[in-house]
Amino acid sequence: MDYSKVMLITSAAIFAIGFAGVLLRRNALIIFMSIELMLNAVNLALASISFSLNSLDGQVFVFFVMTVAAAEAAVGLGIIIAIYKNRKTIDLYDLRLLQG
Amino acid sequence: MDWFVYGFAGFSIAAAIMVITRKNPIISALYLCLTLFSLAGLFVMLGAYFIAAVQVLVYAGAIMVLFVFVIMLLNLDPEKLDIKSFHPPKVLSVFSAFLLFGFLAFIFWNNKLTGITGVDTQALVDQNGGHLKVISAKLFTTFLLPFEITSILLLVAIVGAVIMAKRRV
Amino acid sequence: MNSLILAILLFPLVGVLINSIFGRRWPEPWAGILATAVTASSFLLGCIVFFKILNLPTTEQTIVATYFNWMSVGPLVVDFALQIDPISLCMILVITGVGSLIHLYSIGYMAKDKGFARYFVYLNLFIFMMLILVMGSSLPLLFVGWEGVGLCSYLLIGFWFEDITKAQAGKKAFIINRIGDACFLIGMFLILKTFGTLDFLKLQTQISALTSAGLSLTTVTAICLLLFGGATGKSAQIPLFVWLPDAMAGPTPVSALIHAATMVTAGVYMIIRLNFLYILSPVAMGIIAAIGFATAIFAALIAMSQNDIKKVLAYSTISQLGFMFGAVGVGAFAAGLFHLITHAFFKALLFLGSGSVIHALHGEQDIQKMGGLKKSLPITHATFLVGVLAISGIPIFAGFFSKDMILWFTASSVYGNWGLLSVGFITAGFTAFYMFRVYALTFLGIPRVSGFHPHESPASMSLPLIVLAFLSITGGFIGLPEWVHIPNFLFEFLEPFAKLPDITLSHEAEYIVTFISVFVALIGIGVGYLFFVRQSKARKSITTILRPLPSWSFNKFYVDEFYGKAFVSPIMYFAQVCWKFIDTVIIDGGVNLFGGFWKKTSSILSNLQTGNVQSYALLMAIGTLLLMYFVFKG
Repeated sequence: MDYSKVMLITSAAIFAIGFAGVLLRRNALIIFMSIELMLNAVNLALASISFSLNSLDGQVFVFFVMTVAAAEAAVGLGIIIAIYKNRKTIDLYDLRLLQG
Repeated sequence: MDWFVYGFAGFSIAAAIMVITRKNPIISALYLCLTLFSLAGLFVMLGAYFIAAVQVLVYAGAIMVLFVFVIMLLNLDPEKLDIKSFHPPKVLSVFSAFLLFGFLAFIFWNNKLTGITGVDTQALVDQNGGHLKVISAKLFTTFLLPFEITSILLLVAIVGAVIMAKRRV
Repeated sequence: MNSLILAILLFPLVGVLINSIFGRRWPEPWAGILATAVTASSFLLGCIVFFKILNLPTTEQTIVATYFNWMSVGPLVVDFALQIDPISLCMILVITGVGSLIHLYSIGYMAKDKGFARYFVYLNLFIFMMLILVMGSSLPLLFVGWEGVGLCSYLLIGFWFEDITKAQAGKKAFIINRIGDACFLIGMFLILKTFGTLDFLKLQTQISALTSAGLSLTTVTAICLLLFGGATGKSAQIPLFVWLPDAMAGPTPVSALIHAATMVTAGVYMIIRLNFLYILSPVAMGIIAAIGFATAIFAALIAMSQNDIKKVLAYSTISQLGFMFGAVGVGAFAAGLFHLITHAFFKALLFLGSGSVIHALHGEQDIQKMGGLKKSLPITHATFLVGVLAISGIPIFAGFFSKDMILWFTASSVYGNWGLLSVGFITAGFTAFYMFRVYALTFLGIPRVSGFHPHESPASMSLPLIVLAFLSITGGFIGLPEWVHIPNFLFEFLEPFAKLPDITLSHEAEYIVTFISVFVALIGIGVGYLFFVRQSKARKSITTILRPLPSWSFNKFYVDEFYGKAFVSPIMYFAQVCWKFIDTVIIDGGVNLFGGFWKKTSSILSNLQTGNVQSYALLMAIGTLLLMYFVFKG
């Protein structure tokens, strides 16, 4: 049965939701979580298209995406902790040194 | 069977919306976990069992735990959702998100994927000893180079994370 | 021969170079001795060339020595070439001869001046430039010399530049010269356009070939008048004469050399050189004659009431130059040249004599404070008297013959008329009067000097005075009038080059003209004698009768003030407007406006740089969405 269209629409929806989360939230951690949402949406899209195309290459790619997401999460959280130690805040509105 | 797909899909969307709209970061993290589980269910529906398992193990199991640890470590106050004067208009952000969704939905809906077929049909998979075997075989033959590079990437990430979190001497 | 000619030109240049490099380090008189030596050497070489030319037949008396091609631009081909013919030879001999005497005089006059070497550098440079002017074979070369002597005049007038008025006098001379030069340049452009060449010989052949084909009279008149405009600036005629009295701020030998004997005669020389062009336009010649005689009488009127001895001599120079222009205006080119030569002798003598007086009185120049110098300065007195008699036109002395020649041709030439003649006679009378006045107030009577006893100048200054006095006495004999029945040596020498006009009166009339000119001169001297030696009471009554005139004359007829109001003030006002309004408001404002506009724009655009990562993400998203839209539209 061909669920791929529904899956793709879902993937688009989750991607857009994650995108909105990046733009709307002030807390760095929540933005990070929104980015994870976007990555997951992409995974879903990859998997569903690989299902439609009868190819398992898409799923291998999903594997790689997950690996990269894990590495990125580790380093990113390390950076957030470093920023917190330095500035005592992770509110993005207070981290505006580049203004002007 | 359709209801499972629609159910999991709707559930994941609902949970995603919850993720971005909660004040408390811990609540957001938990809702993210929920989203990941629903997505794993969707993967199962697609027949991608291996990925579903890895999703639960790695994403929901390791990455979300990491998130929760960090949130608890930082001990943050629930953030204020006031609009400050220099905040880019919320409306514009929401609007652009909608626009993005519209684009992608349009593309996906009108996409014609007929006429392109790969070789890994279900029959072939069953013939070759199951889903996992085929994926691993691909991983170590066709995708060997990305595999190795990913391992180096993980090494770099480890080193980077250690340096980032170190106390400054 | 070519190298001989070049050597005449280059000796003064060598003097310039050596003096400018080494002059300051040598002990005092050596820079001057070198300068005098090079000028005298040029004079000797000039004499050698003169005697060579003298023996050649007339057709061969023109030598053009071409050295290299200066510029060839389209139709304009100018060679650096020097032309030796009787006209230029006369000028060369006068310039280097009188010049070397003045160099010798300067060694004594400028002793102990801290700019001693610089003075002689400038003086030699002047001789060099003047020689280029008279030896140049084409108008551009003449113009090079023209400008060069203007430069040297500026440098020498403002020689004591620490005094601001002296520096300003130099500036005034140069600027007014420049105005004349602008006219001269336009005249040159017209000549090039009409005739296609600027070389004198080629011009002459062109003109004799063209007159039959018909030349536009207005063009020729315009050319002549434009060139004459340049001459009014250089030779101090109306309207551009105002710089010459101010030029007396320079050292006296400079006044003698530049503003009496040589530079101011450049205009006359130029017209004599181009006589074949001026003959074509009787209108231009009439205007030149009118302006010449008008200047003569105007300057004489001013000279009558001046109290500075050098200013009297300056106005006298302007007046005599007016006579020279009058001569060429009536077509007597050779007579003009004759008066130029004799004027060089006696005017240089008068200036050097006045310099001697000033030197003896330690800088006093006001004749009202002089007097009774006859006994203390015997040589100066005797030579000055010779000069006064020469300029007044007393027979035997040089000025008599040349001035008489001019008056005769004014009367008799086809271009002359009675009005000009009467002005000439009156001016001659005035000349005698004011020169005698100066002589009487300076040398005769009771001494009015206070404090010290003046003594005679050193030999380096007296010797040139004696030589020039000798020349003032004998110089006229080269151009004797016809009724003496001795050949007129000068006019024969100049015969095909500087012509004389056709005459309409019989030769008996010449006796009458001579008689009247001598009579007028004697009346002038007589009235001067009565007024200033006998202290006649008639002087007061005549001054009262003519009441506004004497004060006008003393104030130079307010010409400088008129020029100041009419020309200088509007230009200064315009300069102020340019500065305050155009430069500050328009140009600066415009540039600032432009800069300010960009500043505003950039400050508006910098609001995009919020430093907020999310706004950057939003902008990237919007950009990507637009991109996707345009990709999918197409």
